[in-house]
Amino acid sequence: MMRLTAHALTCQRGGRIVFADLAFSVDSGEAVQVTGPNGAGKSSLLRLIAGLVRIEEGSLVLEGGDPEASIGEQCHYCGHQDAFKGSLTVAENLAFWTRYLGGGGQGPEAAMERLGIGHLAALPAGYLSAGQRRRLALARLLTVARPIWLLDEPTAALDLASQKVLAGIMADHVAAGGLILAATHGPLGLPTRELAIGRAA
Amino acid sequence: MTGPLAAIFRRDLLLAMRIGGGAMVGVVFFLAVVTIVPFGVGPDMNLLARIGPAILWIGALLATLLGLDRLFQADADDGSLDLMMMAPTPLPLVIATKAAAHWLATGLPLVAAAPVLGLFLNVPPDAMGAVALTLGAGTPALSLIGAVGAALAVSLRRGGLLMAILVLPLTIPVLIFGVAATNAAIVGPLPFGQPFMILVALSLMSLVLGPIAAAAALRFGLE
Repeated sequence: MMRLTAHALTCQRGGRIVFADLAFSVDSGEAVQVTGPNGAGKSSLLRLIAGLVRIEEGSLVLEGGDPEASIGEQCHYCGHQDAFKGSLTVAENLAFWTRYLGGGGQGPEAAMERLGIGHLAALPAGYLSAGQRRRLALARLLTVARPIWLLDEPTAALDLASQKVLAGIMADHVAAGGLILAATHGPLGLPTRELAIGRAA
Repeated sequence: MTGPLAAIFRRDLLLAMRIGGGAMVGVVFFLAVVTIVPFGVGPDMNLLARIGPAILWIGALLATLLGLDRLFQADADDGSLDLMMMAPTPLPLVIATKAAAHWLATGLPLVAAAPVLGLFLNVPPDAMGAVALTLGAGTPALSLIGAVGAALAVSLRRGGLLMAILVLPLTIPVLIFGVAATNAAIVGPLPFGQPFMILVALSLMSLVLGPIAAAAALRFGLE
């Protein structure tokens, strides 16, 4: 049983307060949809949990996780940039990140098949379409085991069939006791709790 | 711990070898610098032989710095750096590994090319070994010191020029002792061992301090 709790979080970027006094908690087995207008700080919140943005004030506590590891080390961060090299093939890119991040999930072939990019394995990632790159980024969620998934617009550029596959993958993760925080404007296709952030609120 | 580091070493080497990777850019630049010097200095064989080792060292120094600003910038641009900083592997080790891959892809070809290019500069054949040996001992320090500048340049857009300004003064001791050791081997009268030992010490020192400083710079670059 894991629980991620935030107390009075304040995030500052570029000298501007993005959000202040944010409090929430997420339990394992829960998917939370972070909503809010553009610029409300959805992406900043995810980066803050990942440890990529400094916490200005407040605290973020993870109960029930690995006490030896930081919160960021137990997170998957799937942002707008997919961290793939255009001159390496799809399989090389995925194999690198799987080894670098420690693996522990499915094999890369199985993950690529599930996301429907198995036939692209030998293609340099630079030739992939936006949707295919996004699916490759999502394959990393399967090959590396992490309890907390931070997804920034996970459905962006995905076609309807891929969105269904993603919904299935997220449902599996939640069913296995994982936590998901997804910043999105559209529906994710699975039961979620909404966390609305915004300067007006 | 060996898994992640081996993975990043292999990936950086692969990237350097692929098209657009820049492994050979340094050697080509080195070749360009060294070949134009005799045209500028004139066909004075004695003068060329005397300044030859210094020209080789300056050429290697500039060639090493040439592609160094991309060491972290490329990873920062595509989001790889975010994932690297989130992973449990200590950042200084990752930086040391990346610097090692950078040296193997750009520094080692320079060391290998130096004896051949020495022919252009009338460097005596028995001095070629000394040039290659000092470059082999000194260029790792250049990659490691450069990594600090590259890490500082990440938080600044178009930080390439700034990196050169930051890094060049720090590389001057390496240049001084590299050339001093080479000259000692060729003409004397000083013993070769003393400046060479200091050169090796500079490399070892930057191996310890460089990755720690670069990791601090990358973490500071976070918002």
